[in-house]
Amino acid sequence: MSFANRRVLIVGATSAIAQDVARILAGRGCAMVLAGRRAERLEAVAADLRARTATAVHLLEGDLAAIDGHDKLFSRAIAAAGGLDAVIVAYGVLGDQKEAAADFARGREILDANFTSAASWVSLAANLFERQGSGHIVAIGSVAGDRGRKTNYFYGAAKGALDLFLQGVRHRLAPKGIPVLCVKPGFVDTPMTAHIPKTPMFASPAEIAQGIVAAMDSRKSVVYLPGKWRLVMFVLRNLPEFVFNKLNI
Amino acid sequence: MHGLADRRGHAGIRVTVESWGRYPKTAQRVISREWRDEPLAIPAGLSVLAHGMGRSYGDSCLNDGNAVISTRRLRRILEFDPAEGVLRCEAGMTLDEILDFCVPRGWFPPVTPGTRFVTVGGAAANDVHGKNHHVAGCFGNFVRAMELLRGDGSRHVLHPGQDLFRATIAGLGLTGLIDWVEFQLKPIGNRWIDVETIRMGGLDEFFALSRESEPSWEYLVAWVDTVVSPGRGLFIRGNHDTAREPSARTAGKKPALRVPFDFPSFALGRFSIGAFNELFYRKQLRRVSRQTVDYEPFFYPLDSLLEWNRLYGKAGLLQWQCLVPWAGGPEAVAALLKETHRSGQASFLTVLKTMGSKPAAGMLSFAGPGITLALDFQRGGETLKLLDRLDSIIAEVGGRLYPAKDARMSGASFREFYPKWREFEWFRDPAFSSSFWRRVTEA
Ligand SMILES: Cc1cc2nc3c(=O)[nH]c(=O)nc-3n(C[C@H](O)[C@H](O)[C@H](O)COP(=O)(O)OP(=O)(O)OC[C@H]3O[C@@H](n4cnc5c(N)ncnc54)[C@H](O)[C@@H]3O)c2cc1C
Ligand SMILES: NC(=O)c1ccc[n+]([C@@H]2O[C@H](COP(=O)([O-])OP(=O)(O)OC[C@H]3O[C@@H](n4cnc5c(N)ncnc54)[C@H](OP(=O)(O)O)[C@@H]3O)[C@@H](O)[C@H]2O)c1
Repeated sequence: MSFANRRVLIVGATSAIAQDVARILAGRGCAMVLAGRRAERLEAVAADLRARTATAVHLLEGDLAAIDGHDKLFSRAIAAAGGLDAVIVAYGVLGDQKEAAADFARGREILDANFTSAASWVSLAANLFERQGSGHIVAIGSVAGDRGRKTNYFYGAAKGALDLFLQGVRHRLAPKGIPVLCVKPGFVDTPMTAHIPKTPMFASPAEIAQGIVAAMDSRKSVVYLPGKWRLVMFVLRNLPEFVFNKLNI
Repeated sequence: MHGLADRRGHAGIRVTVESWGRYPKTAQRVISREWRDEPLAIPAGLSVLAHGMGRSYGDSCLNDGNAVISTRRLRRILEFDPAEGVLRCEAGMTLDEILDFCVPRGWFPPVTPGTRFVTVGGAAANDVHGKNHHVAGCFGNFVRAMELLRGDGSRHVLHPGQDLFRATIAGLGLTGLIDWVEFQLKPIGNRWIDVETIRMGGLDEFFALSRESEPSWEYLVAWVDTVVSPGRGLFIRGNHDTAREPSARTAGKKPALRVPFDFPSFALGRFSIGAFNELFYRKQLRRVSRQTVDYEPFFYPLDSLLEWNRLYGKAGLLQWQCLVPWAGGPEAVAALLKETHRSGQASFLTVLKTMGSKPAAGMLSFAGPGITLALDFQRGGETLKLLDRLDSIIAEVGGRLYPAKDARMSGASFREFYPKWREFEWFRDPAFSSSFWRRVTEA
C-alpha cells in the first residue's frame, strides 16, 4: 500500500535528505508540516513544494534539539495540519569527534542533538499515535550506529541508541499496527559531509529519499540505504575486535 | 549550539574536475552552495567560478588552482505561474528537472541545447541555443529576471535592458554567481514531436532545405558526414505535435545506459566512424521519412547513453563549433568540411544548422545570423593542427567559435571573435575567474 494523502510532520525539514522526502510525499498529496530552525530556509523549501503541488504546507520554526520547547512545537504542528498521521525525524549533526573526545560538554551536545532530543520527538509521536490508534514513525539513524569507531563514536553512539529506542517503541506500538522505521543511510552527499572527499560510496539525497518512502510504503522496520550497506555493516559488525581494532576507520 | 559541526564555512575539497570534454584536467577546490541566503564562499587568495553540470566541453566551467562553487544543490522552484508559463527557479535546477516539472503542465523550455543535463545558470551564462534558433533566438532572450551575487557581497536583481544583464547573459560565469533565473516557457499541447527526416546529398541541398523549412518548421538541424562523402547527410525538421490529446508524462524514469569504462582510443577511429555514418545514412532508405516521436529522443538522442564522453577514451574529446555569417558563410562551410575530410580526422557527430537573426541578449553571445557547424574529435596532436587551420578559415569570413565548446582557441582568436570582450571586462567581478578566461585574455 502506498503512503499517500496523509498529514506528515518532518522534524528537520531543511536537511538535504528531508527536502527530497518532502517533495515525494507532497507529490503524493500529503499535507506537510515542515519544522526547522531557520525561517528563510523553511520558506525556500515550502515555496518549492507549493509550486509543485496543491497540497497544504505549514511551517514550524524552532530549535529542534531544545527539548523544553518540544511539547509546544508538537501541539502547534497538530493544530496546523488538523492532526498528524506521520512524523519523520530527520535533523541531526555530525559533530566534531576530536573536540568531543577532549571535552565531554561538546560530546554531550552531539548525544543530545542526535539522540536525546530525537527520542523526545519519537516519544511525542508514539503517545499521539497510540492514543489515536494509527500513525507512522520514521527516524533517520545511520550505519554509524551499528558499530562504535574511534573516528565518530559520539555520533555513532547517539545513532545506535536511537536505533535501540525505535526498536522499543516499535515493540510497544506493534499491537496497534503502527510502523516504526529506522533509516540507516551510508554516506550521503549532503552539507553534513561537505568536508569529506566524495567516493563512489556516496549516494545522492534523492536516492536516499526514494528509499525512505519505499520503506514507508512497505511498512518496514529497518532499512539500510542504499541496500548494499546492509551487507557492509553485517561484515563490519561481525569482525572480531582483534581485527577491527587494527582498522583505521 | 555553537561548536556543533556547522562546517558550512569550510573552504571546499580539492579535487580533480573535468568538463564534458574531459580535457583539460584541472585541480581546484569545490565548494557546494546549498542555500540562497548563504554568503558567497570565497577561499582566501583564490578566485571562484560557478559550476553547474559541467556540460561545457572545454575549460570555461573550470578554474584550475582556484575554486568552483557548485550550484547543483540550488534546485528549488521559487515561483511558477501556471497561467502565463513563467518559472522562477534556482540556478542549479537542470533542464531535466524542469522538463519533468513543466511538460505534464503543458509547458516546454523556450530553448534547449542538445542535452537535458544542463543547469539554468549554465544555460544563461553561455546563452545557449537550440534547434529553434532560427525562430526563437537564444535562452537569454527568454530570461525576464535573474539575481546575481557578486564577490563584494552585493545582490542585484537584473532585468533585460540593464548593462549588467547584458554582461551576465553569455557572461561565462565571470560577472558573479546567478542565484535564480526567471524565464518564459512555451506552451505545448503534448509531449510529441512531428518529425521529417530527409536524405540530402550535399550542401546545396542543405541550404535549399533550410530556406524551405525555416518559415514552417520550429526545429531544424542537419547531421552531416565528414568521412565518406562530406556534405551528405540527414536533414531533420520537427514541430510540436498538435493533433494528439494532451497526455501526461509517462511515470517513472527512463532507463539510462552508462558507459562503464573509458573506451580504448581506437574504438572511435576513422574507419568505425565511417562505417557508422554509412549505416546511419543508409538506414534512411527513403528520401523522406515521417514520424511522430517523443520529445526525448528528438532533442536528446545522446542523453540515453550517460557519460558517452567516455567513449572517446582518456585523452578526451575536442569539440569545435563555429558560427559564420551569411556573407561568405556557405563557401566557408564547404571549405571546413573539405579540410576536415582531407585531414583524415574523423568527426563523429557533425551538426550543421542555419541560425536566425533575432539579436542575442548577451554582450558575448555566440549565436547570431549565419550558419553554425559543430565538429567533434578525439583529442590528438593532428586534431589540434587541423583545428588551427579551421580557425583561420572562419576568421577570414568574420566567423567565431563557441567558448562553451572550446578548449584550445588562441587568445588572439578569441579577442578577434569577440571584440566586445574589453567592454565586458568592465562588468567582470574581480573575485571571479576561469581557466578559459585566463587562457584567452592573458596569452
Ligand atoms: C551533448 C551536448 C550537447 C550540447 N548541445 C548544445 C547546443 O545545442 N547548444 C548550445 O548552446 N550548447 C550546447 N551544449 C553546451 C551546453 O549547453 C553548455 O555548455 C551549457 O552552458 C552547460 O551548462 P552547465 O550547467 O553544464 O554549465 P557548466 O558547463 O558547469 O558551466 C558553463 C558556464 O556557465 C557558468 N555558470 C554555470 N552556472 C552558473 C551560475 N549559477 N551563475 C553564473 N554562471 C554560471 C560557468 O561558470 C561556466 O562559465 C551541449 C553540451 C553537450 C554536452
Ligand atoms: N549525510 C550523510 O552521510 C548521513 C549518513 C547517515 C545518516 N545521516 C543522517 O541523515 C539526517 C539528515 O542529514 P543530511 O545528511 O540531510 O544533512 P543536512 O542537510 O546537513 O541536514 C541536517 C539538518 O539538521 C538540521 N539541524 C541540526 N540541528 C538542528 C537543531 N538543533 N534544530 C533544527 N534543525 C537542526 C540542520 O539545520 P540547519 O540548516 O539549520 O543547520 C540541517 O537542516 C541526519 O539525521 C543525519 O545524521 C546522514
